[in-house]
Amino acid sequence: MMNWISIGSISDIPRRGARCVATPQGKIAVFRTAEDQVFAIEDHCPHKGGPLSQGIVHGAAVTCPLHNWVISLETGKALGADEGAVRTIPVRIDGERLFIALEALASRAA
Amino acid sequence: MTEKLVIIGNGMAPGRMLEHLLEKAPGRYQVTIFNAEPRVNYDRIMLSPVLSGEKAYEEIIIHGDGWYIKHGITLYKGHKIVAIDRQAKTVTSDHGVTEPYDKLVIATGSVPFIIPVPGHDLPGVLTYRDLDDVRAMMLAAQSRAKAVVIGGGLLGLEAAAGLNAQGMDVTVLHVMPTLMERQLDPAAGYLLQRAVEERGIKVITKANTQAITGNGKVEQVELADGTIIPATLVVMAVGIRPNAAIAKAAGIAVNRGIVVDAGMRSNDPDIYALGECAEVSGQVYGLVAPLYEMARVTASQLAGDEAAAFVHSDTPTKLKVTGIELFSLGDFAEGDDRQEIVLRDASAGVYKRLVLRDDRIIGTVLYGETADGAWFNDLKKKQTDISEMRDTLIFGQSYQGGASLDPMAAVAALPDDAEICGCNGVCKGKITGAITAKGLTSLDDVRAHTKASASCGSCTGLVEKLMVLTIGDKYNPAAVQPMCGCTTLGHDEVRRLIKAKGLKTIPAVMQELEWTTSCGCAKCRPALNYYLVCDWPDEYADDYQSRFINERVHANIQKDGTYSVVPRMWGGVTNAAELRAIADVVDKFEIPMVKVTGGQRIDMLGIRKEDLPAVWADLGQAGFVSGHAYAKGLRTVKTCVGSDWCRFGTQDSTGFGVRIEKFMWGSWTPAKVKMAVSGCPRNCAEATCKDVGVICVDSGYEIHFAGAAGLDIKGTEVLGLVKTEDEALEHIVALTQMYREQGRYLERIYKWAKRIGIAEIKRQIMDDGEKRKAYFDRFVFSQKFAQVDPWSERVSGKDKHEFRPMASVGFAQAAE
Repeated sequence: MMNWISIGSISDIPRRGARCVATPQGKIAVFRTAEDQVFAIEDHCPHKGGPLSQGIVHGAAVTCPLHNWVISLETGKALGADEGAVRTIPVRIDGERLFIALEALASRAA
Repeated sequence: MTEKLVIIGNGMAPGRMLEHLLEKAPGRYQVTIFNAEPRVNYDRIMLSPVLSGEKAYEEIIIHGDGWYIKHGITLYKGHKIVAIDRQAKTVTSDHGVTEPYDKLVIATGSVPFIIPVPGHDLPGVLTYRDLDDVRAMMLAAQSRAKAVVIGGGLLGLEAAAGLNAQGMDVTVLHVMPTLMERQLDPAAGYLLQRAVEERGIKVITKANTQAITGNGKVEQVELADGTIIPATLVVMAVGIRPNAAIAKAAGIAVNRGIVVDAGMRSNDPDIYALGECAEVSGQVYGLVAPLYEMARVTASQLAGDEAAAFVHSDTPTKLKVTGIELFSLGDFAEGDDRQEIVLRDASAGVYKRLVLRDDRIIGTVLYGETADGAWFNDLKKKQTDISEMRDTLIFGQSYQGGASLDPMAAVAALPDDAEICGCNGVCKGKITGAITAKGLTSLDDVRAHTKASASCGSCTGLVEKLMVLTIGDKYNPAAVQPMCGCTTLGHDEVRRLIKAKGLKTIPAVMQELEWTTSCGCAKCRPALNYYLVCDWPDEYADDYQSRFINERVHANIQKDGTYSVVPRMWGGVTNAAELRAIADVVDKFEIPMVKVTGGQRIDMLGIRKEDLPAVWADLGQAGFVSGHAYAKGLRTVKTCVGSDWCRFGTQDSTGFGVRIEKFMWGSWTPAKVKMAVSGCPRNCAEATCKDVGVICVDSGYEIHFAGAAGLDIKGTEVLGLVKTEDEALEHIVALTQMYREQGRYLERIYKWAKRIGIAEIKRQIMDDGEKRKAYFDRFVFSQKFAQVDPWSERVSGKDKHEFRPMASVGFAQAAE
């Protein structure tokens, strides 16, 4: 069962920016690109745990503020020579409203 | 005994002649030059990039003052020769200097043609010939008003593009039906007109100028058909004629130009003429390649080689307007004995036309795609029979060998005697030979050794490909390192183009400079944001999403994602109330770590992001503002206690440090800037390893800069000694502004200084009072927009989304 949870409106996030959603499993970073695509990934760089939500967003990627790893927002994988991945979270845009799916989270939390 | 050689004129042709002569017959002549322009020899072809702002005058100098000194040449700058006495063999300048000669070279160039319409002598009517004209145009362009360029030829269009780049509203008047009709056929002329108009330049063809009118200065231009065009600047670029007046007055044979034989000798055997003022076999020349050929011949003759002779050859024409690709060569008039091959690709904006006679190319016009120009030029020069490849000829060289369209293969396939650099007549074999023989690895080396790509620069791409072909990976094109993977341009080029093209947003920069990514990367965006903040302080809206997190939230991110906060303590001075406020904040927010920094500040570490606005609010109550400990900007000014307390102190170092900090806080810089003021040479504030430091002495203030005590350790350089605190402040501020305008993003002052040269910085800041004042004023102007405390802004609600989660999902919700 997909559990879609409303987290707010797309206009809450600045273009080429991110906001955080606090969950029992830790922070989720929700990104909005220059072209208004929205992605959600764990706010935790696979390198040393840096808060990806604080990085610079370019194209569909974010550069971690701690050591400049570049993480794909689409796949959660590190780009370039670095190796590693963060969990991606499904996002749905319904008009202005944003929803994230927390199925995996719910089952783990339960 | 050395002979006396006198040269009248100091343009590109005599300059090149001297280079050849010094090589062929060093020491044979004692050389004296009279230059009517008050300066050294510079690359006149590059005036258009200077006008458009893409290059600075300093970058187009061919021979600097040192070159003349090194070769023992006397150069009279700003001396116009007014008389040649052929009996006495002397020349005399307008300042009364008389110089005897054994051999005389006249290289007086040309004068612009002025249409003798009423009003042609009004103030505001200029020509386009030398640096003074360019400077006058740039000055006029500051008004951002309307300009009219009369003449739609090469020079006129370059002038129009330059003025347009400087922000003027430009109209080009051309008397013929299409632009550049001497070099382009009507179809290419039309494409060119469209491209020019797309840039916002108006073009009126068949325009017959009747009068220039105005009350004491230019106000409008009137055409024969009654059209009236308002203008405050009129540039006449309708052609040039040889400047032969001085020769004529001396009784030397003059027709259109000074008549010379194939050895460049006039009818007086001791007098030579070369350049635009000379006429050989009834022809006068204006493009650089034949003029350089004249220079070679004259030098050989002067060195004793009487067989050296000038031979005519066609020279390709290229338009130096960024973004317009244009190449024309030879004869392309229509005729019964000629066939032509035409390729039109309207959607790509490409037009190519080859004119053939007896299966040989006699003329070429390329518009929009000019890469094959060198190849067509080669086929024409060698009179190659093209009947075999006639069907595919127009598609260019790379098509001939099969399907490959690789430009590298095209260059590789060029024969060794194919001309690469038209300006300097350098062929492929000479370049590859020099690269191999001399082990050249940079473009500058190749330019120095072969002259290829050293004049107009349009063959630079070809030369670079030759370097790659010859030495492979050893060629490091990163003499200019690109800013990042999103562009091929280096920081300096980007900074220059931002100013030149008036780019005022990040998307505009990326669009105009052809970024290869849609919205840049984490390297270029912060750099561009800084350049725009620095260059357009009043107009640019800071893009927070292009700043690193530290500058976005005005605190320093730590390894665990918490932040540290450093309030400003001016000059490192604090008091009980401030310390009490800090203690209260530490208690209230349970701040785990408090530390004294190297810059005489107090750092509170481990603050949660959500708490930042509240921490700032409490600190603000006590009068604290942001310490910018996170900024590529002014960080701290360390001080010692100076003459107020210290028995050795010579000046009020504490007070001066506080003053500098209050004056300069909030300014953004390419990288962090740390300063210090020590009250005496014992240097307790450690000023001699700072970006900028001051050592107070009895006689005043010794200003230091370019120190480092981080990744590199480096003592400072001394900028100079000034007497008063006010002067010291002005010098420090001016130095910082110079660095702000020229530094590459993340480049500390010591690296910038190494790149620019300590001497040059001293010259601009210590010696040139006008420049210093201008830098100072620009810094002060930019501070009007920069000195806003970011903490209090955020306490008042700015960017509040930054400090709050978007949503919180509880267990219940997540488990539903």
